[in-house]
Formats: sequence, structure tokens, C-alpha cells
Amino acid sequence: MARVVFAAGLRRFAGGAESVEIDARDVSELLRALYQRWPALEKRLSAGTAIAIDGEVIPSGEALHEPLRPETEIHFLPQIGGG
Amino acid sequence: MSERKFRQVGTRPIRHDGLDKVTGRAQFGADYSAPGMLWGKVLRSPHAHARIRAIDVSAALAMDGVKAVITGRDFPDVASESQAGGEGATDMRDLALNVMARDKVLYHGHALAAVAATSARIAEEACAKIAVTYEVLEPVLSLDRALAADAPILHEGMRASGDEPLPKGPTNLASRREMGRGDVAKGFAEADVVVEREFRTPMVHQGYIEPHAVLARTGEDGRSVVWCCTQGAFMVRAFSAKILGLATDMIKVVPTEIGGGFGGKTTVYLEPLAILLSRKSGRPVKMVMTREEVFRATGPTSGTHVRVKMGAKRDGTLTAAEAVLVYEAGAFKGSPVNAGMMTVFAPYKLANVRIEGWDVVVNKPKVAAYRAPGAPMAALATETVMDELAAKLGIDPIDFRLTNAAHEGVQATYGPKYRAIGFIETLKAAKSHPHYRAPLGPNQGRGVACGFWFNVGLSSSANVSINEDGSALVMSGCPDIGGSRTSLALMAAEELGIPVEHVRPVVVDTESIGFNDLTGGSRVTFATGMAVIEAARDVVKQLCARAAQTWGVELDSVRWEEGQAVATNGAEGKHEPLTLRKLAARASATGGPITGRASLTARGAGPGFATHICDVEVDRETGFVKVLRYTAVQDAGKAVHPSYVEGQMQGGAAQGIGWALNEEYVFDAKGVMENAGFLDYRIPVASDLPMIDTVIVEVANPMHPYGVRGVGETPIVPPLAAVANAVQHAAGVVIRELPISPPRLLELLEAAR
Repeated sequence: MARVVFAAGLRRFAGGAESVEIDARDVSELLRALYQRWPALEKRLSAGTAIAIDGEVIPSGEALHEPLRPETEIHFLPQIGGG
Repeated sequence: MSERKFRQVGTRPIRHDGLDKVTGRAQFGADYSAPGMLWGKVLRSPHAHARIRAIDVSAALAMDGVKAVITGRDFPDVASESQAGGEGATDMRDLALNVMARDKVLYHGHALAAVAATSARIAEEACAKIAVTYEVLEPVLSLDRALAADAPILHEGMRASGDEPLPKGPTNLASRREMGRGDVAKGFAEADVVVEREFRTPMVHQGYIEPHAVLARTGEDGRSVVWCCTQGAFMVRAFSAKILGLATDMIKVVPTEIGGGFGGKTTVYLEPLAILLSRKSGRPVKMVMTREEVFRATGPTSGTHVRVKMGAKRDGTLTAAEAVLVYEAGAFKGSPVNAGMMTVFAPYKLANVRIEGWDVVVNKPKVAAYRAPGAPMAALATETVMDELAAKLGIDPIDFRLTNAAHEGVQATYGPKYRAIGFIETLKAAKSHPHYRAPLGPNQGRGVACGFWFNVGLSSSANVSINEDGSALVMSGCPDIGGSRTSLALMAAEELGIPVEHVRPVVVDTESIGFNDLTGGSRVTFATGMAVIEAARDVVKQLCARAAQTWGVELDSVRWEEGQAVATNGAEGKHEPLTLRKLAARASATGGPITGRASLTARGAGPGFATHICDVEVDRETGFVKVLRYTAVQDAGKAVHPSYVEGQMQGGAAQGIGWALNEEYVFDAKGVMENAGFLDYRIPVASDLPMIDTVIVEVANPMHPYGVRGVGETPIVPPLAAVANAVQHAAGVVIRELPISPPRLLELLEAAR
């Protein structure tokens, strides 16, 4: 089960949960499961979000096919670029 | 520490583009021209906030020599759509409206028409003949005014997004976000010392020496070729195509040499205008900004208002931290406040943390990326508060940071756990540096500050081909700003086992190589380097196969060693080694030319940490601050070309010192920038600064074949606070606002008397 950790601003979109465990093979499966449980989360995560998978920060659009290990830890972050 | 033994990587060869640059032969953006070329000029708004009621271009069009005039009406309506850019995501509709205003001008200098004519003078005169009717509105020039209940609204349709509470109707607050974990109230209750301070920093410009320049030529088939100085040729192609409603393959972009960008050339300004003028006139069009235009109409970074509160126990352990960051986005949403939020406490172990970030639009130029966008202003607040906490606790400022420093396995304040990082190593190197123990004289002070930047990976393509004589050509699509060509050549030379002088690195156009994301996010040596290593390994594999074929042995009986194929695995001594030169000479007989290719999305950009030490002397009569000594320590993972790593560290420190001491946009009450030139906008020059000492720490990034981390952005994060802390110690005053210019410091000194 991958563990998804919600930062303070996201918790209200996830029923107040600080974290949740999801059984998913890859990021797209994980997102589907999250959105099914908390539909409001989809809109909140749709714009400019990156996903940290075990510390590796990846723009969400690039991450959909990333495989997840059972003990993977997921965080959602604002997308950043650089100068 | 990095353990692999390298032959080429880590050496300091002369850069391949050096001779052309020091002899003036290198061609920068403004050096390009074409037969029959026209000159393009932009009409810019004289108001910071106004509705455009009418634009009459007839008088301009009637002038002899004027071949085309464009206004917002000539551009298609672009839908709101997020696309990757320098600050992260760029809204294409906002970008289109920034490039050319439609119904409203939103800052002084906002483009609202452009002319192409047979000379620059005629184009300028034609701009002056364009009649514009404005309804002038009150400009919104500060964060406080922008957020006031009765503030004029820049974008009537904009609604705040993010985390509640949010205003419901039209607002200048583009977004408000929160992040954090733990129990901040409990954390502060456990603290023996709590410090809470507010800081303000002004809008500042990247200050690249080369103004934006472009030449666009459109053929009879409607295809345009664009020569421009940019950090991303593929970005210019994508953004221009989107703004003009063209297919991507209708535009080819040739990146010229670039005279600095620092993030400011990760977007477009002139390129879509030049393409459209060229399409309309049927002639090549050249446009070059003046320095004044660069200041008034291209990307500065945000003015900010940051509040930071931190608590610590008597033993020096941090117990809680809280920050509210409010950043100016300029005329359109999208300040780097998110990165500010994520970096503000990133160097430290904190169980209880709460961070809030506000993105606010104001009637000033739209901000663009600037070297570690958003992080230096956040670090100013954290690192001066850390300094004050250390002083209150009676702990050495580096020891205090060591007590709380993040390391591998620590949960970063922005979420995930760190992999191998080198923050503690930079602190230890700073503490053991002779600079840290050097005596100080009267009116002198020493400041320490730390900084963090993520670094990014993104997508890169590279080709490595072997010439007939065994030399190699490395092709990449990332414009070379900081010496990356030579770093890429070093990596190819390392893999091929040949001298770097036998490797020629070139930056090519958008039709000569696979896709490349832009040069930004400190990613080229890391990510494009990864592609070059992979492409070179592809070449080596082919070379080994050619040797196996020549010798009539299996592939596993050949290994590549020091630039030659050597028989192995039972075949030792049976065949004379085949050098790259010999294999290249026989290439046509063994299967044809040898080229290696790689395209990848790089994962594992290791974060960068730095610790800086700054000594200053304060003149109590004039308020002048002299930087006496400066040492920058940074983890580079592995320095591929140490001179260019040191150059990045020195350049970042110099820019940060300028930001701390002198640089600021000065606006009058109408929103007109009053210092739009290098005479009045004071960036540091060589005589202002001492030699900046550097210490490269190498804690290998486990996700890169050589251990490389990006190095370009981290060095601008600590200097604002390092200088501020030094001035506080030297002058006995409290710095809460930048720049620490002589008049401001004099005021503080007089107040303290």
C-alpha cells in the first residue's frame, strides 16, 4: 500500500486526513482512487502540481506511469521551475 | 564523498567557446541580420493601469518606409492553459496578453502595438504616430494596496484559488496556499526563545548584460525562422506557436549566444511580435530592446513581504516555525511564492511547521524566473531570524545550524524525505575555513547564512557522433549560459576515453535535435549531461561491436578502456587494441558512421545546499557598506568543470550582494520606474566586490552517474541574509528591509544613536 501524505492545505479536500494508504500499481491508479474517494481533490490537484514519490519530485503530468512500491510515500507539492 | 576516479571530469580545460567570446567573434542576439531586413519597434504604455478605448494606426501605416503595424487585434484569442516554463507553470493566455495588451494595459511599458519599417528611426517615429485613447485607472503599486478592500482590480475575471479562506468576488489575490505539519502552537509553547520578524524586499531585475534581441524571417510557405538570445529555443517555438495560433512545425528557432539570462530569458517578449511582423510584411524583421525596455517590460522578480516566526529550546533545538509569504506577481498571476514556501525552512529539521503563501497581482511588470525563483527572499527572513535566535541562545551561528541541519532521511519541511544531501558538510567546511576565525576591526561585522534549492531534471536530448579522425561532436539543444558546452564535452570525453580537446560541443536549433526543455533550474549539466553520457555509452557500445566484428570475436570479449577497444574475457593478447581513431577510420567498412543518441526525462536532481560567510565594514557617517571578504561553500555533488562551478558560486554571490545592498525598482506615484538604467539601478561592478572565495563540497548525488547536482541557482539564496547579518553585527542596527542602501542604513544608524 502506498502512503499518501497530505500537507496542511490539502487536508480539507481529503476529509481532514493527514495521510491515507492506497493500493495502486502506478500513479494514475493512485490518483483515480483518490479522486473517487474525494472528488474535490481532483480540481485542487489539477493545476500546477508536482508529485514527490519517495523524495523524487516529478511534475504530475510526467508521473502518471511511475510504478509504486508497496511502501512508497507520496506527497503533492506545488510545481516549481527554476531560473 | 564522490569516490569514482575520473580522467577528464574535474579538470579545468579552456572552454570551447572561449576564443570566439574574448575576440568578439561570437554572435549574440543583436548580431544577426538578413537581406531586406526591417526594424521592429514596440509602442509601450505610458500608464501603469488603463483601459484601451481605441487605437488608430492609420497615420503610422501611411508613413514612407512603414511596412507593417500590429496591435492586439492581430493576435488570436488564446485560451487559458498551463504550460511548463521558467517559474513552473505559465498560463498561455496571460503570456499572450503580456506580450501584447488587448483591452487593458497593466504596467508602464506594457506593449500595445509594434511597427516594422525600413529603419529603426522610421519605426520609432511611426510608433509615436499611433493614436491611443486611454481611460486611465488608479495603479496598484504595493501589496498592501492590492489587498485593500477598495483596491482597483487588475483582472475583473480573476478569482482567488487555493486554500480557504479566500475572497469570493473579484480580487488581486491570485492564490493563497498553505502547507505544514505537526502542531505549531505546541511547538512554540515548548520553545525557550521565540523570534518573530517581518521583512520587505523590493522588485529587482536579473540584470543580464545582453538585452533581448530577435530576428525573424518568414518564407513564402509561411514557415518562420527565428534567431534569438534565449534560455530555451524549444520554449520560444512552443510559446510563439501558441500565442500566434500556429502549428509548432511552422517555426524553427536558432538559439544565438546568450549574454546572461538568470531565468529572465525563460519566456518570450519580442519573438511573437517579430514573427507576426515578418509574416505581415513578408520581410525579415529585427527587434532589439533598449536597456530601458528591458527594465520596464521584462521579468524582474517579486517584491515581497515575509513574516517568519521560529522557536528553539535552550539547547538549540528548533521546536516550531511559521511563515507567511506575500509575493508580488506583477501584472499577471504567477509569482514564485510556491517555491518561497517550499524553501523557506527547507534546510532545517522541523516537526512543527506552518507556511502560508500569497500570490498577488500589482501594476508592475510580470515577474519572470530569477535564479532560484522565490528562495532568496524567503531565506533572508529565515536566516536572519536564525541568527537572532543563535545570539539570544548564546550559540555560535554555525553550531546552531548544525544542531538543526537537515540530512539524509529527514522529512523536508515541504514534504518528502531527503536522499543524500550535503548541507552539514557545507556548514562544517564553512566553520573550519580560515575566514570564519579571521579577526574583525571596528565597524566590521560577520554574517553567516545558508540556502537551499531543489534543482530540476526535465527532458533533454543529445547526440554524440564520431568524426572520421576519431574526434567527436556533441550536439545538444540547451543554450550554453554558464559553460555547459565544455561540461558536456568533458562528460563525453570521459566516456569515450579521449582528450576533451578532441570533443567539439555545439548547441543546435530546434530542427537539428530532439526536444530539450530550457536551460534553467540548474539542470543542463545534470540532465543534458546524463543524456550525453548515455549517448556516449551508446557510441562505445557500437565501437565495441565494430572491434568484435573486426576481430571475429563475441561482443563480451571486448571492453572499452582509455579510448580503445581491448580484447578480454579469454581473448587477451590475441588482438592489438583498436583505438577510437582506427575504428573511426574503418567505420564505413564496418557498418557506417557511428552516432550515439539519447533522449530522456532526467530523474533524481539532487537538491543543492550552500553556506556563505560575509564580512562587511560600515561607514557610520555615510551609511556605505563595503564588503570586505566573502566565502561561498556549496555542495556540487561532483564538479564536472570546477572553474565553472566556482564561477556560478561567485556570480550568485555577486548578484545576491547587489540585491542586498543596492538594487531596487523605484516607482513614482503613477507606477513609472524612475531608475530604468544601469546608472541608477546599481548592480555591483568588479570594483565593488572583493575576490569571492569558494569551497566546493562534493557529496555525490546517487541518482546521477557521476554524482552531479545542479549548481547555478543555490548560490544566490544565502547572500541577502549573509550581508544583512553582517551589517547588523557591524552597525548594531536591525535590518528588516532591502536594499541596505546608504540612505536607509544612515536612517537606521541615526535612529539608533
